[in-house]
Amino acid sequence: MEKSKKDNLAPLHLHIPEPKFRPGDVADFSDIIIPSVDAHPRPDEHVLPADIHPLAYGLIRVLDENHQATGSWNPGLDVATLQVMLRKMLLLRAFDDRMFRAQRQGKTSFYMKSFGEEATSVAATMTLDFNDMCFPSYRQQGILITRDYPLVDMMNQIYSNRGDRLKGRQLPIMYSAKDYGFFSLSGNLTTQYPQAVGWAMASASRGDTRISAVWCGDGSTAEGDFHNALTFAAVYNAPVIFQVVNNQWAISSFSGFAGSERTTFAARAIGYGIAGLRVDGNDALAVYAAMQWAANRARKNGGPTLIEYFTYRGEGHSTSDDPGAYRAAEEYASWPLGDPVTRLKDHLIAIGAWSDAAHDALIIELSENVKTIQKEAEQNGILGHGLHHPFETMFEDVFEEMPWHLKEQCAQMLEEQQDKFGSNWEAR
Amino acid sequence: MSGPAMKTMNMIEAINSALDIMLAKDPDVVIMGEDVGYFGGVFRATAGLQAKHGKTRVFDTPISECGIIGVGVGMAAYGLRPVPEIQFADYIYPGLDQLVSEAARLRYRSANDFICPMTVRSPFGGGIFGGQTHSQSPESLFTHVCGIKTVIPATPYDAKGLLIAAIEDNDPVVFFEPKRIYNGPFSGYYDRPVEPWSKHEGSAVPDAYYRIELGKAAVVREGEAVTVLTYGTMVHVVKAVVAEHGIDAEIIDLRTLLPLDIETIEASVKKTGRCMVVHEATRTSGFGAELAAQVQERCFYHLEAPVERVTGFDTPYPHSLEWAYFPGPVRLARAFDKIMKD
Repeated sequence: MEKSKKDNLAPLHLHIPEPKFRPGDVADFSDIIIPSVDAHPRPDEHVLPADIHPLAYGLIRVLDENHQATGSWNPGLDVATLQVMLRKMLLLRAFDDRMFRAQRQGKTSFYMKSFGEEATSVAATMTLDFNDMCFPSYRQQGILITRDYPLVDMMNQIYSNRGDRLKGRQLPIMYSAKDYGFFSLSGNLTTQYPQAVGWAMASASRGDTRISAVWCGDGSTAEGDFHNALTFAAVYNAPVIFQVVNNQWAISSFSGFAGSERTTFAARAIGYGIAGLRVDGNDALAVYAAMQWAANRARKNGGPTLIEYFTYRGEGHSTSDDPGAYRAAEEYASWPLGDPVTRLKDHLIAIGAWSDAAHDALIIELSENVKTIQKEAEQNGILGHGLHHPFETMFEDVFEEMPWHLKEQCAQMLEEQQDKFGSNWEAR
Repeated sequence: MSGPAMKTMNMIEAINSALDIMLAKDPDVVIMGEDVGYFGGVFRATAGLQAKHGKTRVFDTPISECGIIGVGVGMAAYGLRPVPEIQFADYIYPGLDQLVSEAARLRYRSANDFICPMTVRSPFGGGIFGGQTHSQSPESLFTHVCGIKTVIPATPYDAKGLLIAAIEDNDPVVFFEPKRIYNGPFSGYYDRPVEPWSKHEGSAVPDAYYRIELGKAAVVREGEAVTVLTYGTMVHVVKAVVAEHGIDAEIIDLRTLLPLDIETIEASVKKTGRCMVVHEATRTSGFGAELAAQVQERCFYHLEAPVERVTGFDTPYPHSLEWAYFPGPVRLARAFDKIMKD
């Protein structure tokens, strides 16, 4: 074999990304560039993707340092709408708090909070028609809350109890609500991305007017399905809105492991010829404005848009991890884009439509409301305490009609319950 | 002369020890996967390894199972020994093409020009209220593919020795770790206190390097009445039920599903004349079907009863009804009643 002639070359070096701060460090985000409001003004909704590349690298903002809504992206929402937005975000926060605590109390197996990211589901959903289909990832419970899905049904699902509309089959928070335009959650990552494109293609092929909107996290943009989805959406000019909730962390892996050291997530759109917008995800009005732009564009056959919400995951990934083991404490407190609820509250106060007293009263009201509904849900049982759907439901819905082998297995399982619990087992 | 230094380890610690030893012994070994680096893995299997062996030996990856396994094939082609972790076996499917069409066939299609000495580690199995995306047992998908070895340990001792042998193997290995027994063997009685590994003999693990050859089963209980073929979590459930009901069963922990230790199986079934196959995975086309076929082909005239299968049901793994799904003590006791009556 011929010897290499390159012995005089410098050795190659493998780059492994590393976040700037780890436990024990003091987080310092002063290097994050926050452009002024309207650094990149709102273009026409029919603009060519190639003409708006700077929007994929900038940061769309509406709320300024004085808590005023300014600039060309200002959606100009009336006070009543702004108050609904704040209320939904606070309700989501109250719901998350109670359910997180319920898991800690052993009432269920698992929970995930959306603390710090409330705007990216609530404000985004408010721009859609109720009939548009949402394809969520696992941290978009704000969609259901915005669409007034009954909280008791969400809790029943979390408790996997006899009231659970999903019959206790799914891990907590893996909701499904077709009648609320909320696609069934998988639990696997980014599988919903091409599905949202397919739904949008179907809508277009039928001459429908409905569009689809899909969410995923920064980490899961690495999955092949993310790229499959963007390719198909571009090819068929599908009426779909892609949203990447860049909350900086995928369990313990920072966004650099999804490529953020090299470019923005919004800029993924550029290679596919799709419109890309990068948005301050903690500015609820900016989220609303970007989604409204993308929805209008999709509805007028302008095609897909990819929106990156630049935000921060305020809590751990789920009830199963402790973020103190892999990232600096106080990162959320020092996040330069603030807290989405506080910023919207400050805006409402600044325009004379809200007060600290009203805010505190609303928090108490919503918390009490959630507690009352929680008691109602717990009447239907909590996980592992027997009040579940009937045993035989385990075999339903595998197929439309139950084949012989499942009928046999169902009969076997019922006999086993008799052996286990005695003749009175049905009372359980 | 004193024996080798031993430690009491749970299965996570034993796996961590195997990885640590192989990283130190062989500079070609690299570990990668989601959250395996600084954090040390969501189940802590790689805890401390990045700090000890460096960031280019143990590193986090993008969330792309297809990418992780595909990159592993490329590293192996270069000459490394990648040990990728797929965080849950339920997430392995996006990587299936790289495993089935690439890793498994690389040696064959290149006529030994390229090989793929890669060990894909992945926690699998249920009994942890993980729902349908954190509970599956997909081992028979891999035994059905020509060119992949499939290994499943049931004790800390076996986990370490098998993992070292898998990493040193020159063919691709899928190494499924039964996560229900990471921290202690499981009797199947979910309402009883969890027993720690320290009370189990399988937790006595040598500190140093050792191998358990792939393709060798372990007879974990000798008996005359019936042979039970099982692996992973179910080894312990079967042991508990056999003890509780006083059944003189010969329990065989297969440890490696492919290549299968057919000699041990055949000798045992010819001795007992009865065979029960137990796995947590769904029943239809499960690995139990292959075992039942092998046994009837080789031991038909020795059998006094039909081969009995005890398995999970043919539904996705349910959340709230997990214990009605799991092939626990009641299902096993009924199967023992049946096979001993025939």
